[in-house]
Amino acid sequence: MSANPASPLHLAVALDGTGWHPASWREKVARPRDLFTAGYWADQVTEAERGLLDFVTLEDGLGLQSSHYGELDGRTDQVRGRLDAVLTAARIAPLTRHIGLVPTAIVTHTEPFHLSKAIATLDYVSSGRAGLRVQISARPHEADHFGRRTFPPISLEELQSPDGQERLTGLFDEAADYIEVVRRLWDSWEDDAEIRDVSTGRFVDRDKLHYIDFEGKHFSVKGPSITPRPPQGQPLVTALAHQTVPYRLVARQADIGYVTPHDADQARAIVSEIRAEQTAAGRSGELLHVFGDLVVFLDDDQGAAEDRRARLDALAGEAYTSDARIFTGTPTQLADVLHELGEAGLSGFRLRPAVAGHDLPAITRGLVPELQRRGAFRTAYEADTLRGLLGLHRPANRYAAAATA
Amino acid sequence: MSKPLKQIHLAAHFPGVNNTTVWSDPKAGSHIEFSSFVHFARTAERAKFDFLFLAEGLRLREQGGKIYDLDVVGRPDTFTILTALAAVTEHLGLTGTINSTFNEPYEVARQFASLDHLSGGRAAWNVVTSWDAFTGENFRRGGFLPQEERYSRAKEFLATANELFDSWHGDEIVADQAAGAFLRDTKAGSFVHHGQHFDIHGQFDVPRSPQGRPVIFQAGDSDEGREFAASSADAIFSRYATLEGGRAFYRDVKQRLAKYGRRHDELLILPAASFVLADTDEEAGELAKDVRRLQVSGATAIKHLEFVWNRDLSSYDPEGPLPDVDPDVSADHISQGRAQARMYRDPIATAREWRELAAAHNWSIRDLVIETGNRQNFIGSPATVAHTINEYVQADASDGFILVPHITPTGLDDFADKVVPLLQERGVFRTDYEGPTLRHNLGLALPDDLRREERVAS
Repeated sequence: MSANPASPLHLAVALDGTGWHPASWREKVARPRDLFTAGYWADQVTEAERGLLDFVTLEDGLGLQSSHYGELDGRTDQVRGRLDAVLTAARIAPLTRHIGLVPTAIVTHTEPFHLSKAIATLDYVSSGRAGLRVQISARPHEADHFGRRTFPPISLEELQSPDGQERLTGLFDEAADYIEVVRRLWDSWEDDAEIRDVSTGRFVDRDKLHYIDFEGKHFSVKGPSITPRPPQGQPLVTALAHQTVPYRLVARQADIGYVTPHDADQARAIVSEIRAEQTAAGRSGELLHVFGDLVVFLDDDQGAAEDRRARLDALAGEAYTSDARIFTGTPTQLADVLHELGEAGLSGFRLRPAVAGHDLPAITRGLVPELQRRGAFRTAYEADTLRGLLGLHRPANRYAAAATA
Repeated sequence: MSKPLKQIHLAAHFPGVNNTTVWSDPKAGSHIEFSSFVHFARTAERAKFDFLFLAEGLRLREQGGKIYDLDVVGRPDTFTILTALAAVTEHLGLTGTINSTFNEPYEVARQFASLDHLSGGRAAWNVVTSWDAFTGENFRRGGFLPQEERYSRAKEFLATANELFDSWHGDEIVADQAAGAFLRDTKAGSFVHHGQHFDIHGQFDVPRSPQGRPVIFQAGDSDEGREFAASSADAIFSRYATLEGGRAFYRDVKQRLAKYGRRHDELLILPAASFVLADTDEEAGELAKDVRRLQVSGATAIKHLEFVWNRDLSSYDPEGPLPDVDPDVSADHISQGRAQARMYRDPIATAREWRELAAAHNWSIRDLVIETGNRQNFIGSPATVAHTINEYVQADASDGFILVPHITPTGLDDFADKVVPLLQERGVFRTDYEGPTLRHNLGLALPDDLRREERVAS
C-alpha cells in the first residue's frame, strides 16, 4: 500500500472561516469582512495551490457555528455564518488548475441524489479535482431547520454514553447508505453511454445507463443519475473519524479518513484498527489513505508561535482546545512531527491553520519548502486529477463490470 | 405623442433535453463539459444579455418503460454549474430552475443566498412544482405530494425561503476586530415558520446577500400558475410567442398584479423563443425547414405520436399515414418525466383532428409532427429578426425573450454578433449593463427592507 512515489507525503489544508482559532478573525491578516465574498476563498485556495498541496477541504454546517456541540451559544464575539461549501468550491474551481476541492456535505438532512449530481458537476467544472467530505449532524438545532426529524438535546459528553453511541451508530449507518447511493449514482452511467448515433437517432445507449435500485432503512433511490459519470469516475470520498463507528465507515466507504492521533503510538493504533476494518470489509487491496489532522500555529521562531497562540487565547478568554493535536512551533519542527507520524502509518496530513491568513502561507512558504528539501514532498504537480495526485486509479464502473461478467 | 420605446430584456437558455436541440449537427458540442457552458455564458455576456437560464432534471425521462434516448440525455447540477459560471462572467444573471417539491426551504435558501454572495448579486430562481411519484423515486420523501397541493407547497416554500432571506437585514456583521464584536446582536438570522407544509425555526446561517433575495421566476401558465406569479414572482417564463397570444397573456397576467398591491412593472413577461438566422429571409426559411427535420427524426415523430396515442407505435412507418387505432385512454401514461405528455387533455379528439389534418394536406406522421409541433419563433435575416422581436416587445406581447438556440454551445453566436447590434442601433437594447446586480439590469426594485434601508441612509 505505497503512496505515490512522486509525493511520499500528502498534504491538505482544512479551510474554515478565518481559521480554526475562535479569535483568529481579530488578527490583522484575517479579513473577516471578506468572508462572504468569492475573492476571499479564491485567495485562500490559490495560496494552497501555490504550495502544491493535494487539496483543500471546506468546512460546512446547516446551522450557525457554536462553541457548544448540541446547541447555539448566542455568542457575538466569534465568526458566525457560512456559505455553502459545495458552491464555494464550484466558484473557485475555474480559477485554479491543479488543487483538489473537497467540500463538506451534511448527509443527515440532505438528499443523496442532489449531492451526487452536485459533486459530479464539481468534477466536471474542475476537470477531475472534486472530492467530498461527508459529515453527520446530531445537532438538535440543525434538525429544527428541516422540521422532518427531532433530535433531543445532547452534549459532546453525552454522545459518549451508550444512548449517545446508539444514536451516532444510527446516523453513521445512514451515512454509509448515503455514500453507497452517491457512489452507485456516479457509476449509473457507463463512460461511453453517450453514443450520438445519427443513423438510429439515439443520443445515448440506454443499456449503458443503470438503475441503482437502492433500498435502505432510511431512504430508497431509483436512479440513474441525471449527470453522466464524472471525469474521475468516482470523485474522492473522505470523512473525519474519531472512534470505532466512524473508523468503520472510513474503512468501508472512503478513499481518505482524517484521524486525530496525538502521538505516534495513537496513530499506529488507529491505523491498525482501520486496516483491520478495511480487511473485514474486503477492501484490503484498495488504497485507502489515513491522514492525520493537526491544528497548526506556525512561525519561524517557536517563541513567536507560542506568543501568538497565547495572545489569541487571551482574546478568546480561554485556552483553545481541539479534537486534533495542536502544534505550535516552526516549520522545521512540524516537518519532524509529520515524519514521525508518517512512520507510524499515516500517508498524509490535513492541517488546520489556526489563523488562515498567517498559518496557510506559513504552510505553503515555510513547511512545504522544508519538506521538499527533505525529499518528502512534490516539487510540481504530477497529475491532472485529484485521484491522480493521491495515487488512486480511475476505478472501473461497477455496472459495466457486471454487464460484461 | 408616441410612447417612449420599451427596453428589451434578453436571456439565453442553455439548450436542454428537448427535441429542439439538434445534437446530430456536426457543430453541436458537449452538453456536459464545462467549456460548453463557458462559451455559451461568455457569448451571452458579450451580447449584454440579462441572464443565462438553466433548467433542471431530477429523473431521466422514460417512454414505454424505457429510458428515452432520442434527445439529449444528461445534464449537470443547476446550482453547481451556475456558481462555477459566476467565476467566468461578471455581469450575467444566473437563473436556475429549482424544484420546490424535492427540496427543503432551509437548504435551498442557503444555496441561493450562497450563489448570490458568490456571484456578487446575480442569482435568480425559477420556482417550479412537481408532484409525480416517478420523480419522487429518486428522493427520500418519495412521491408524497398530491397534485392539488403542489402550488400550496410551492407558495409556502417560497414564502418560507423569503423569511430566511429576510432573517438577516444586512447590518448584523460589524466585525470590529478591536472591540471583539463580530455580530451586532445574538439573534441574527432568527426565524420561526409554522405552516401546513413546513414547521421550522432557528437561525439562518447565511448573512444577507447582495440582492437580499434572488430574483424569482415562475413558469407555467395554468390559472394557478398565473396567480402564483402575480402574487410572488419578479418575472414569468411563459411559452406564448405569437403576437396576439402573447398580448392576451401579457394583459391577463399584468392585470392580476393590482390585487396583490403590485405595480404593472413589478413583473416581467419573458417567453421562451427559438430563432433561425441566415443572411436573407429566404435562406433562413430554407434553413428553418432543415432544422425542423433534424429536430423531428422519423423515430422522434413516432415517439411524439405515442404521447397522444398512449401506446407503442414502433411498428408504424414515420413516412406513412397516421394510425387507424384510437389512443389508449385506459392505461397509465406511456411517457414519464416530461411536462408535454400532459398537454393533450382529450387524446381521442386530438387523434381525430390530426388524422383529418394529415389527410387534408397529405402529411405523413413525420410531416404532421413537424407541422403541429413547436415552431421556430423568429426566422429571417438579422434585420427581420431584430425588427420582429422589437415589434413584439413594443406591442406588449412580452418584455423580452429567453432565447433557446438549437445548437450547443455556439447557437447564440450569430445572434450576439448580428442581431444585438441592430437592436442597440434602434435604442431598444442596452450597450452596457445598468448596474452590479441582476435586479438592476432587469429594472426590478430591491426587496422592501433593502429599499427601506436605502431611504433611511439617503
